[in-house]
Amino acid sequence: MSFIAKPKIAHPGLPKNELGLTRRDYEGGMSTLCAGCGHDSITAAIIEACWQMSMRPEQLVKLSGIGCSSKTTAYFVGGGHGFNSVHGRMPSIATGAIAANKDLYYIGVSGDGDTLSIGFGQFAHAMRRNLNMLYIVENNGVYGLTKGQFSASADIGSKAKKGEENLQPPIDPVLAALTLGGTFVARSFSGDKEQLVPLIVAGMKHRGFALIDVLSPCVTFNDHEGSTKSYEFVRDHYDEVVHADFVPPAREITAQYAQGDTMPITMHDGSRILLRKLDPSYDPRHRGQAFNYLRDKLSQNEFVTGLIYIDEKSPEFHEVSGTTSTPVNQLPFAKLTPGSKGLESILKRYR
Amino acid sequence: MQHAASPDSPDRINDFVIKLANVNGTGSASANTLLMKSMFRMGIPVMGKNYFPSNIQGLPTWYEIRISREGYVARSDRIDFMVAMNAETYAKDVKDVRPGGYLLYDSTWPRPALLRRDDITIFGVPLARICNETFQGVRSRILLKNIVYAGVLGALLDIEIDVMRTLLGESYANKKSLLDSNVKALELGYNYAKEHFQCPLPLRVARMDKTANHIMIDGNTAAALGCMYAGATVGAWYPITPSTSLMDGFKSFCQKWRIDPETGKRNYVIVQCEDELAAIGTVIGAAWNGARSFTPTSGPGISLMNEFIGLAYYAEVPAVIFDIQRVGPSTGMPTRTQQCDLMIAAYASHGDTRHVLLFPNSPEECFYMAVQAFDLAERLQTPVFVMSDLDIGMNDWMCPDLKWDDAYVPDRGKVLTKEQLEQIDKFYRYFDKDGDAIPYRTLPGTHPKGAYFTRGSGHTQYGGYTEDSTEYQIVLDRLKRKFETAKTLVPTAVLDSRGSTSLGLVSLGSCDGAVREALDLLRRRGVQIDYMRVRAFPFGPEVEDFLTSHSQIFVVEQNRDAQLRSLLTLETAVEKARLHSILHYSGLPISSSVIVDGVLASAPEQRLAVGGRS
Repeated sequence: MSFIAKPKIAHPGLPKNELGLTRRDYEGGMSTLCAGCGHDSITAAIIEACWQMSMRPEQLVKLSGIGCSSKTTAYFVGGGHGFNSVHGRMPSIATGAIAANKDLYYIGVSGDGDTLSIGFGQFAHAMRRNLNMLYIVENNGVYGLTKGQFSASADIGSKAKKGEENLQPPIDPVLAALTLGGTFVARSFSGDKEQLVPLIVAGMKHRGFALIDVLSPCVTFNDHEGSTKSYEFVRDHYDEVVHADFVPPAREITAQYAQGDTMPITMHDGSRILLRKLDPSYDPRHRGQAFNYLRDKLSQNEFVTGLIYIDEKSPEFHEVSGTTSTPVNQLPFAKLTPGSKGLESILKRYR
Repeated sequence: MQHAASPDSPDRINDFVIKLANVNGTGSASANTLLMKSMFRMGIPVMGKNYFPSNIQGLPTWYEIRISREGYVARSDRIDFMVAMNAETYAKDVKDVRPGGYLLYDSTWPRPALLRRDDITIFGVPLARICNETFQGVRSRILLKNIVYAGVLGALLDIEIDVMRTLLGESYANKKSLLDSNVKALELGYNYAKEHFQCPLPLRVARMDKTANHIMIDGNTAAALGCMYAGATVGAWYPITPSTSLMDGFKSFCQKWRIDPETGKRNYVIVQCEDELAAIGTVIGAAWNGARSFTPTSGPGISLMNEFIGLAYYAEVPAVIFDIQRVGPSTGMPTRTQQCDLMIAAYASHGDTRHVLLFPNSPEECFYMAVQAFDLAERLQTPVFVMSDLDIGMNDWMCPDLKWDDAYVPDRGKVLTKEQLEQIDKFYRYFDKDGDAIPYRTLPGTHPKGAYFTRGSGHTQYGGYTEDSTEYQIVLDRLKRKFETAKTLVPTAVLDSRGSTSLGLVSLGSCDGAVREALDLLRRRGVQIDYMRVRAFPFGPEVEDFLTSHSQIFVVEQNRDAQLRSLLTLETAVEKARLHSILHYSGLPISSSVIVDGVLASAPEQRLAVGGRS
């Protein structure tokens, strides 16, 4: 970690977004993670995405559980409320927060221990409810704060720092999300900002539960030879299948791609994601195909990345619940109580 | 004609107990409710208690109706009239009737002579045969058998048959064919009894005027109503007996009263979670984000929620938890009642934590305390438990009409608005600005100046992360002072002074009815005892005063380990030796005799005007 606080004053020439804010306005507290930690790159990508979206900082709600990854919600968008809750239970905090106010952006940051072990049940049920949130797993295959135990995402044969070999099969959050009904399923790499930033924007715009599993090497405990979550191994083995570019509502699609390989998907607010298929036969709207493709690639030691699956049609939590359009935390009290007259009529049944 | 009256039984009007032994899942509940409610409609105070198994169909279940002209609401140990419909429990049911009492059974099949008793009057009615001869279909024959015995009891006990007919009419207002068959069954039973037995019995009811402006309601329904009136908009839960009917009730009230008339959309959100951990997490997330939110649960749920409760305490997030207590430990007896979660709720979660508890004594207080719980939780920014139990939550109690004050404004506590945030220089989340140990909070989405980081890890009074001892202790000590502030806000104890300076009795919650009855019985024997019913934890100064001003104090509660007594000794200056426990933890609601016996057994005789046991 760094011990020198960044100066608060920003250079006047820094580029500004539609709100007149610079990237610096989307920063948070100083990171206390190890120098070179993949998680800090993800933090930077989130800052970039929020800036690009011209999001009002107070519109962002940052939720997390416990672990290195969960600390990072303090390191971006200081103007938004954060809640660092208990281990593995961030999805239920998100459920309540989203139930109370449907009109804010919710981003949950979790890790592989927080999501795939202690919090696997809550992760699954948040997805089942199709909560309107972006859920990022900062996946490094290892428990950092307790100094290097394997996590549930560690691959068979992957080696710990002291040489111990992992013998249990991993739980892959992406495969899990595909089977559990996730409506936006993506994987990325902390070292590939070009891929990650538009995915974050698209995930936040997605109406429903957006999962991005980000391979994010742990420089201290899992970046050695023999680890399948090291920078070197991931760089050598990741394989982008569908690149997503986010296109805001007002903008034209200008980039030139080979005909037949691009696929624009319209989001709920009129914006689009332009998908660039690196494998022309791949269809990110076909859940079964996505699952099989991933399984095949995994068996060849390849991490498929990009926007793996998207379904913009499934109703999100509040649509399923039939909730009114005003956030329920803003409903006037008069609308919530039937008053003394109403009580008289209610009590008739009990006489 | 069979003669009903036993030689030694004088007339007992409006003062007796009927117990109905049935098989779970045979539809007896509607007949039992019909019986109870018809007496209630006749102006007679009644109380119904359901002793049911943790089962859907096939196991024994009992319903007890106490008719009490004095208006006593507790369970009575005496059974005057047994309706023995369950062959499996018949032998025990016969034994349980008091000498001189009565028993009704289905004489379609003979019962062994072995099980006869000479000191009670036994009525045999061929209920199954009557139904088989009159009605079609196996299911309706089984269901209507219950209505036939209700008719028999109507005649024997002099219940007005018109009132019973009216009630059936209300139940089946939109189902003509069901109404016809039910009325037919009722009349078959009624006429059979009139024809074969001398009706009415000396044990019978007679119209009174004691139920005007009263309702019959269970505590979970009343609490659900309280949640709606308090303006709760998010309810999260995991189904668990005996709390389930609270959320069912909230849902049905909301479906009627919380639908936007223009769009048909819901002005509420109910989340049925994957477990109780998620349920309390959802409540905390919603309350943190400015919605009044609650969860109903029971002991096992509280055990699971402990970690999150500690977070809400330390991060100062409101939460309302209804604990409908059932018999522990572990799964215990899920369909039986106890007050066994007092300690776990008072100190739930690891580390130094203490929580606000409310102790309703009835469905009526469940309604009002539900509203208070939300006000307290938001004022104090902390979890608040409403400690109900199965007896209050699931049984029908006679209560004064619930009242609503239209001038009520919810106390949302210290929440800074956008305008206030614009005015201030800097916002410090955990700073004690007002000296009452309650800080200010902000809601997400309001203003960037109000943004702060909520965490269960060590934090400073300004809201920052800390591992500094002094900074940590400043917040922890303020939380302790906040609990002192809570003492001034929670409902005060109810005192019933009967002029004794030496003997006092302390109790809480659903013990109240039995205690009041016991105190009347003791007074008739010349024993005067002052009574204090605590209604909240932390205890206010009036609790301390009561304990100081009595030399010998009985503590009546429904658990094995004297948990209320423990809380009193831990949290007040009272000497442990002055507190004498009277404990009841069988799983059945406490009766007055337990208390009378307990007092007479443990009070030194010289202090009692009249000694001896009942």
